[in-house]
Amino acid sequence: MKFPKKLRYTREHEWVLIEGNLATVGITDFAQHELGEVVYVELPKVGDSVTKDEPFGVVESVKAASDVYAPVSGEVTESNDDLVSSPELINDDPYGDAWLIRVEMSDPSELEHLMTAQDYKDYVEEEGEAEEAEETEDEEIDDDEDEDEE
Amino acid sequence: MAGEAVRRTPLYDAHRRLGGRMVEFAGWEMPVYYAGILEEHRAVREHAGLFDVSHMGEIEVKGPRALAACQKLVTNDAAALRPGRAQYAVMCLPSGGIVDDVIYYCLAPDRFLFCVNASNEDKDYRWMKQHAGGARVINRSADFAQLALQGPKAPTILQPLTTIDLTALESFAALEGGIAGARALVSRTGYTGEDGFEIYLAPSDAERVWDRLLAEGAPRGLVPVGLGARDTLRLEKGLMLYGNDIDEETTPLEAGLGWVVKLDKGGFIGREALVRQKAEGVRRRLVGLSMEGAAAPPRHGYRILHSGRPVGVVTSGTKSPTLGRGVALGLVERSVSEIGTKLEVEIRGRQHSAEVVALPFVRRQK
Repeated sequence: MKFPKKLRYTREHEWVLIEGNLATVGITDFAQHELGEVVYVELPKVGDSVTKDEPFGVVESVKAASDVYAPVSGEVTESNDDLVSSPELINDDPYGDAWLIRVEMSDPSELEHLMTAQDYKDYVEEEGEAEEAEETEDEEIDDDEDEDEE
Repeated sequence: MAGEAVRRTPLYDAHRRLGGRMVEFAGWEMPVYYAGILEEHRAVREHAGLFDVSHMGEIEVKGPRALAACQKLVTNDAAALRPGRAQYAVMCLPSGGIVDDVIYYCLAPDRFLFCVNASNEDKDYRWMKQHAGGARVINRSADFAQLALQGPKAPTILQPLTTIDLTALESFAALEGGIAGARALVSRTGYTGEDGFEIYLAPSDAERVWDRLLAEGAPRGLVPVGLGARDTLRLEKGLMLYGNDIDEETTPLEAGLGWVVKLDKGGFIGREALVRQKAEGVRRRLVGLSMEGAAAPPRHGYRILHSGRPVGVVTSGTKSPTLGRGVALGLVERSVSEIGTKLEVEIRGRQHSAEVVALPFVRRQK
């Protein structure tokens, strides 16, 4: 599982690359792994506005459709059309070719709410452990088993 | 499922060992995929796949009154079965609604083994016991693990490992014999639309036979396949999933299962309602829908419209791995159920064009 240090992250498993006032947004390696094979992507058009914490697009795996949430508010300046014809790029290269949209930010102070790579890694691991605990709620959870999950 | 422990099949360890991604399904912890749904789907269409379907229930009806009980419970004509043959049918409520869709094997003139949906095991057992009229009904689900070996290479892979002459095992035939040293009931049936076998065996033999099949079959392209591809495979063939496409509110006539309803075989539960429905004509039908263009995959619960008017609902849908476009089963008003009818599927508030098409969506390659 990769957590590039130069990116910022959300609790909904999106990543953000900040360059000046421009934010590039995608979904994380963890998110694509959870979804499984992506077969369909729906993205906003250039000029659409997106609002922090609200869904701006949909990523669908074979099994389910999942909303993607905007980490920041602003106007879409680019939308990754390659994903429409090649949605599987999200599985192959979630932090690279499979970026979703670029946003001209309207309120850069929103960036303060995003997680660092280390925070996000900790968050994902906690979530994984919570899931494991749920799966085995009728059994004792010993540390060895948790390590097997890594 | 509160308070009920999630059950594991005898192959749970094997699934973990193979990297299976486990999910809960019908109260069981099952692999949804190992390598990936699309890859596993293609393997079954082109080569072969091995499925753990031990979650399915097995219920035996036996005794001198066994045939009479079956005839009362199912819509198909069980009297037409010889030992060693299997039949697909539904069990109905008096209303004609479907209790479950089942396959049953005639093991002997006075013994029938039903394979029922995991989600319906308890309900079916109670229902069958209640209406058995003197026959013995035994829930034998704990006695069996079940494997499905499916795909064009299935016979080549299985033959060296079994004492059964597979060339003599026709579609919907079942024979008892040995597989890799274990006793098994092997039937030429499946849920993928491909050639293949379903193998009933003792839980204690399951892992060894599973491993031998995988080892024997791997050079021929055999891979383990999870429930994800099982769903896309069956849907491409227009095969129904109980709880999604059919339920107690749907009759077999509405579901296009008239071919397993033998109204002239004598009395059975639901017959009067079905006779009436057949005379009056069904008000809705389960149809195949093909999405036009690059629309999002249709999914269970999406609304179906005709020129903007709601006419039904998607019961199962996916992006067909074989066809590369969205396909769905949907329950729609009869007036819009003819093949070729243009409909719309509402996906996240937007309407997408679809057409009623003949089933199956994908035909077997010659």
